[in-house]
Amino acid sequence: MAEHELYFATDAQLRAYKIRKIITQVLLYGFLTLVGLFIILPFWYMIITSFKSTNAFENEELSGKLVLYLNSTNFSFEQFQKVFQGSFNFGSFYLNTVIVAVLSTTFTVVTTVLAAFAFARVNFKGKDVLFTILLGTMMVPGEMMMMTNYQTTVQFGWYNTFAALILVHGVSVFYIFYLRQTFQQIPNELFLAAKVDGYGHFQYLWKCMIPIAMPTIVTILILSLMGAWNAYIWPTLIASGENSVLAKMGISHSMLLVSNGLMKQFTSEFSNDTPARITGSLFATVPLFVFFLIFRKYIMRGISRSGIKG
Amino acid sequence: MDNLEQKTNVEVLPNPDGTMNWDARLASLGISTKKELKTRSHKWIMPEWMKGWIALIPALIFLILFMIYPILNTFIMSFCNNFYWVGNSGSSFVIINYIAGIQNTRASTELSWGIQNYVNVLKDPVFISALGNTGLIVIVSVPLTIIVGLLLAVCLNAIKPLQGFYQTVFFLPYVTNTIALGMVFNAMFSSGPGGLFNMLISIFGVSPQHWLDINASKWNMFVVIVIYSIWNGIAFKILVFMSGLAAIDKQYYDAARIDGSSKITIFRRITVPLLSPQILYITITSFIGACKSYSQIISLFGGGSRDFGGVDKNTWITVVGYIVKLIDSTADSAQGRGAAGCVILLAIVLVITLVQFGVSKTRVHY
Repeated sequence: MAEHELYFATDAQLRAYKIRKIITQVLLYGFLTLVGLFIILPFWYMIITSFKSTNAFENEELSGKLVLYLNSTNFSFEQFQKVFQGSFNFGSFYLNTVIVAVLSTTFTVVTTVLAAFAFARVNFKGKDVLFTILLGTMMVPGEMMMMTNYQTTVQFGWYNTFAALILVHGVSVFYIFYLRQTFQQIPNELFLAAKVDGYGHFQYLWKCMIPIAMPTIVTILILSLMGAWNAYIWPTLIASGENSVLAKMGISHSMLLVSNGLMKQFTSEFSNDTPARITGSLFATVPLFVFFLIFRKYIMRGISRSGIKG
Repeated sequence: MDNLEQKTNVEVLPNPDGTMNWDARLASLGISTKKELKTRSHKWIMPEWMKGWIALIPALIFLILFMIYPILNTFIMSFCNNFYWVGNSGSSFVIINYIAGIQNTRASTELSWGIQNYVNVLKDPVFISALGNTGLIVIVSVPLTIIVGLLLAVCLNAIKPLQGFYQTVFFLPYVTNTIALGMVFNAMFSSGPGGLFNMLISIFGVSPQHWLDINASKWNMFVVIVIYSIWNGIAFKILVFMSGLAAIDKQYYDAARIDGSSKITIFRRITVPLLSPQILYITITSFIGACKSYSQIISLFGGGSRDFGGVDKNTWITVVGYIVKLIDSTADSAQGRGAAGCVILLAIVLVITLVQFGVSKTRVHY
């Protein structure tokens, strides 16, 4: 503030400047708060609706007196029982999604680290050509691969199995590219020093490169977990029925994940029960939110640095 | 240590000219130089290229099987006039089948090649409307989202207290499930007088509207699609713009202020040019992303994964929606048409990217 005072000839000018500054700040905060409310509104609506009874919600909608708070007439826990009933089976959705998320993330990270290491540190013939081809495939829309992958996966007998969800889109060129960038920033001298100490390539990867590149690997881990949680098109196509392996053993186990399990409720017996479906949305959102609150720093930094839209 | 000292006792004399014979000296310490390693040691050491391929193979197997081969296969499939996928009966690999001479059409006739799929797709009114819808979504929602995102990022950058708090709030839509929040928007835009949005507009004296149900007009649906696209897409843009703004040197702003430039001039002449790499990046990724809109639209309409609104369930069908419908379809040459749709989508994405890179050469300052 003190610096600015130097620029003004008279007190009146200074006062005008200060007033203008205050008005700007008020407008800024007002605008940001308004947009913030717009961002928050769907979440608030989701939480409030989840705690309403279906009857109260329908009455409010029909009478045009929807309230965005809870009171003694509309409050109820009934929705929380519904999401574990009938075609809504959040226990199974969660279990399947966690299995797929953990296994596919492990698979992704292992293959990505090895491939990025090969591209960044090891010299072999054909490396650059191969890398260019892989980069080129990043331009291609995923639907183009999905078209054939659907047929291949059915051919392999992977229809309605976890393998289809974990292995088919598990390796990502983008992650390999992103981790390779980080690996390449590690100075070559370190590698030579490690070589003098008697480290081989893979020992060097394990003991030096992975610890140094940990922030990037954690980012990949988080993005991959979030991607698995939100995956929709592929799981809907390939695994929206009963698990085919378990079915042979006489166990019926639905393969639905969180997203397509939720989507199914639009056409299930809950199609007219809006609060029940909204509670399903809440159940799909809350784990992601908790995850976000714990890893907020990593997620925001990782996404702004890697620049990826999941 | 003892070992080392014992070995140093072995005397290695300097060369007559006074220089040290390092190979011999190192050998006396038990360290072999490369040459000696080859001649003396019989222990096999894995060559470097082999290590490279071993590290690469796990990723490469899956990349070839599920990425490179599918691209080629889909491309070839799109030129196969009578490809009919019969499900689990050995007929899925177009290339492999063709080479092996396996018949894979329903009528088990010879495969015929040509551009029939492209003709069929481009004649299909559903595909044309999908192209138009996707184009509209791209042209309206992408610039709007970018402008709002840029505006918010600049505003966020101008405040000090609570900046982190607001930034976190604006980031929240990124960490949500598109389907789940689409479902919430579906309820918020319900047609009853007590629908949240209908109540909001009634404050301004507008009567309740049909937004998403089968009685809704196409443009009412579009309003919801655009609002949801903005809500859904804004977080990522703000984050990227904020990281770009943080990198701009404050001296430029001080200099402009001394010159008495107005806020708008500062924004146009300093912020936008210095932020142009981020703007280019966001423009390209969001154009491509919007070309592939799918989940956020079906989640709004609430009729399951094949519903794009309206009576015919195709009102707001997108290109990806058209393709996804054909992937597991059993209709005649459905996969061929789907593949043709994929190739057209790829061409559109490529053209957009090239045009934007062309524009960027004159407009982006690095």
